[in-house]
Amino acid sequence: MSQPNPKIKMMQGNVACAEGAIAAGCRFFAGYPITPSSEIAETMSLKLPALDGNFIQMEDEIGAMGAVIGSSLVGVKSLTATSGPGFSLKQENIGFAAIAEIPVVIINVQRGGPSTGLPTKPAQGDVMQSRWGTHGDHPAIVLCPSSVEECYFMTIRAFNLSEEYRTPVIVLSDEIIGHLTEKITIPHHSDIDIINRLKPQSDPENYLPYENTETYIPAMANFGEGYRYHVTGLVHDETGFPTNDSKKIEEQLTRLYNKIEKNHDKIIDVSEYFCDDMDTLIIAYGAVARSAKQSMLKARQEGHKVGLLKLNTIWPFPEKQIVKLCQNIKRIIVPEMNFGQLAHEIEWATRRAIPIIKYNKINGEPITPLDIYNILINRK
Amino acid sequence: MEKKADIAMNLEWCKSCEICVKFCPQKVYEMGKFYPKIIAPEACTGCKICENLCPDFVITITPLKEKKKLETA
Amino acid sequence: MDYLNYLRKDKMPHIWCDGCGHGIVLKSILRTVDKLGWDKNEIALISGIGCSSRTPGYVDFNTLHTTHGRALSFATGIKISKPKMHTIVVSGDGDATAIGGNHFIHAARRNMDINLIIFNNNIYGMTGGQCSPTTPTGKFASTSQFGNPDSPFDISRLAEAAGASFVARSTAYHFAKTDKYIEMAFRKKGFCVVEVLSPCPTAYGRRNKSTGKVGHEMLKDQKENSVPIERARKMKPEELKDKYITGVFIDRDVPDYFEHYNEVKKRAKLK
Ligand SMILES: Cc1ncc(C[n+]2csc(CCOP(=O)(O)OP(=O)(O)O)c2C)c(N)n1
Ligand code: SF4
Ligand code: SF4
Ligand code: SF4
Repeated sequence: MSQPNPKIKMMQGNVACAEGAIAAGCRFFAGYPITPSSEIAETMSLKLPALDGNFIQMEDEIGAMGAVIGSSLVGVKSLTATSGPGFSLKQENIGFAAIAEIPVVIINVQRGGPSTGLPTKPAQGDVMQSRWGTHGDHPAIVLCPSSVEECYFMTIRAFNLSEEYRTPVIVLSDEIIGHLTEKITIPHHSDIDIINRLKPQSDPENYLPYENTETYIPAMANFGEGYRYHVTGLVHDETGFPTNDSKKIEEQLTRLYNKIEKNHDKIIDVSEYFCDDMDTLIIAYGAVARSAKQSMLKARQEGHKVGLLKLNTIWPFPEKQIVKLCQNIKRIIVPEMNFGQLAHEIEWATRRAIPIIKYNKINGEPITPLDIYNILINRK
Repeated sequence: MEKKADIAMNLEWCKSCEICVKFCPQKVYEMGKFYPKIIAPEACTGCKICENLCPDFVITITPLKEKKKLETA
Repeated sequence: MDYLNYLRKDKMPHIWCDGCGHGIVLKSILRTVDKLGWDKNEIALISGIGCSSRTPGYVDFNTLHTTHGRALSFATGIKISKPKMHTIVVSGDGDATAIGGNHFIHAARRNMDINLIIFNNNIYGMTGGQCSPTTPTGKFASTSQFGNPDSPFDISRLAEAAGASFVARSTAYHFAKTDKYIEMAFRKKGFCVVEVLSPCPTAYGRRNKSTGKVGHEMLKDQKENSVPIERARKMKPEELKDKYITGVFIDRDVPDYFEHYNEVKKRAKLK
């Protein structure tokens, strides 16, 4: 038999997110229209019904977030997508998914902010909100695509991570990537790895939905499969029922923290370009990583020793991966479409041992290769 | 008078709200120091008003007709 | 019936105050489930936040205690992705019609196949007696110490106007009516709302003595001041002051969400 062929297509970033979700097995979408994310909802509304999936346009983003959690709880992989103000509205229920450990994927196509901000212009202002947007201590996994192909594959990975770690996962896209149309190679579905949530092995009587296992990740029974258990946003013990016992509280919240903390190496994903021999390191993510790559290549051609670290996941923060590259370099350049949200984190990770040049653009215009090239050449 | 129903009370769950005392049409209960007391079991008709209105799942009324049915079933 | 078949006995006694009506309403729900013989594995009981919303913790179904006001949205996801699940939402008046008001009217508009039981105690019980969207004008709450300036919602009429297929109102005292309405709701497709007036002696009765201070007085008030809707229709507004109108507000056969969405799926597959 011949090998199934990959398909080459022109596709928009937002559409690629939707296609990636479907390839990952997502069969439920709930959302509320908002620029620049609406194409994700539109594509899902077009594709899901024929796949016996369900699309619903909810009354607001809060409801959309609730609906995807409910749907995942009965075993159907579920997606929601939004931007700016909608991402703010989702936060309370994102916290619910985190503590109740329900796998869901949220795509935030960033626009300029704050508030209604700049609906049609790009920004990276939600870096910290994607980490700390919901209240209380909680784990977070955030992926940052910088191409249409990455929109597709990172959405698949977001589903896989959410299922594997029983946690909400955020894909932090931006207006540029969401609305970019470029070539994408879509593999045959048999070439895509899919991870599904761990099912309980025990019988319903002995099932502990929040068991403190060695992996920190308890098995998840879907509602309706005979395991009648309780799910709450109150802090609960391993049985799922609320507790005020300080030992139990500590045990459960620590497990929640550890399930991501102890798996950093498996979750964090970065790409290094020319990092073996450099004196200048650019650290970039999302749309800005594209411009950074262009400027780096030009500078390299001219003999400058520049490397690029592209962050494919920004949370958990890739501290180790950054520190490792800081041995023999003279400076770090961090271009961002915000006032330096991740640069602060990098300063902390490197203990300011190396000068950091921040390049920040917040006027709704993209950071161009020339912008970064000028910094590379002119700022020492 | 012939007894028409069994009254069972799980007083561990009782919050002494007195609803059973006030609403039993036959005055079967009286409020004791802490909990309601059954003072006239033979007056009970098995109407289940007290059972249905007790918010705390304390009272179970088993009309003897039903009980017989259960036993012979 | 034996309630113990449906209770999580190790979680009892429940947290509700002495004389609170919520336990009485819960019993109506359990009697109806028992009467219909539903499989416990196929029941999801979902709530938001509030005293009433603590219900799921006590019953042996698939239970989900969500965020304040949002239960209907979670329930929507559950029902759509697993239509054979009997999906019951319990909610307080604040939960359903203040913070959750938007989800409430839209679940009704879509005629989503969900049963919503509202425990209406005219107050925010859990947080200590602040006024709610159903606190009558002039009544007292911890945030309306000089009398509530706001006008209240009529939850049942709101649900009816928003498109629910079935809406009825009962009181905790009228348990037989409550049983009947819940059964009608459970048997019917589409969005079905049963509003049950549930005494809150702790946060409402103590402050508004006109309805009675303690549970049994408040039940007596319900007994004496309820008016069946058929009779209320013939009465003047003045005569209905401080009365509780009970009965079936609407019972209509209209397509529910799934009838429409299944058509969508058919059309999508023809493409
Ligand atoms: C977002 C949010 N806001 C406020 C609260 C605090 N809160 C908890 S319960 C409640 C009101 C509950 O009243 P109701 O829904 O009428 O139910 P009851 O307690 O009276 O049964 C409020 C305001 C909360 N938990 N979440
Ligand atoms: S109604 Fe129930 S809780 Fe109240 S006093 Fe009687 S037995 Fe106790
Ligand atoms: S069943 Fe009826 S008569 Fe008997 S104790 Fe209860 S309320 Fe009274
Ligand atoms: S505060 Fe009111 S609603 Fe809450 S448990 Fe007490 S009586 Fe019931």
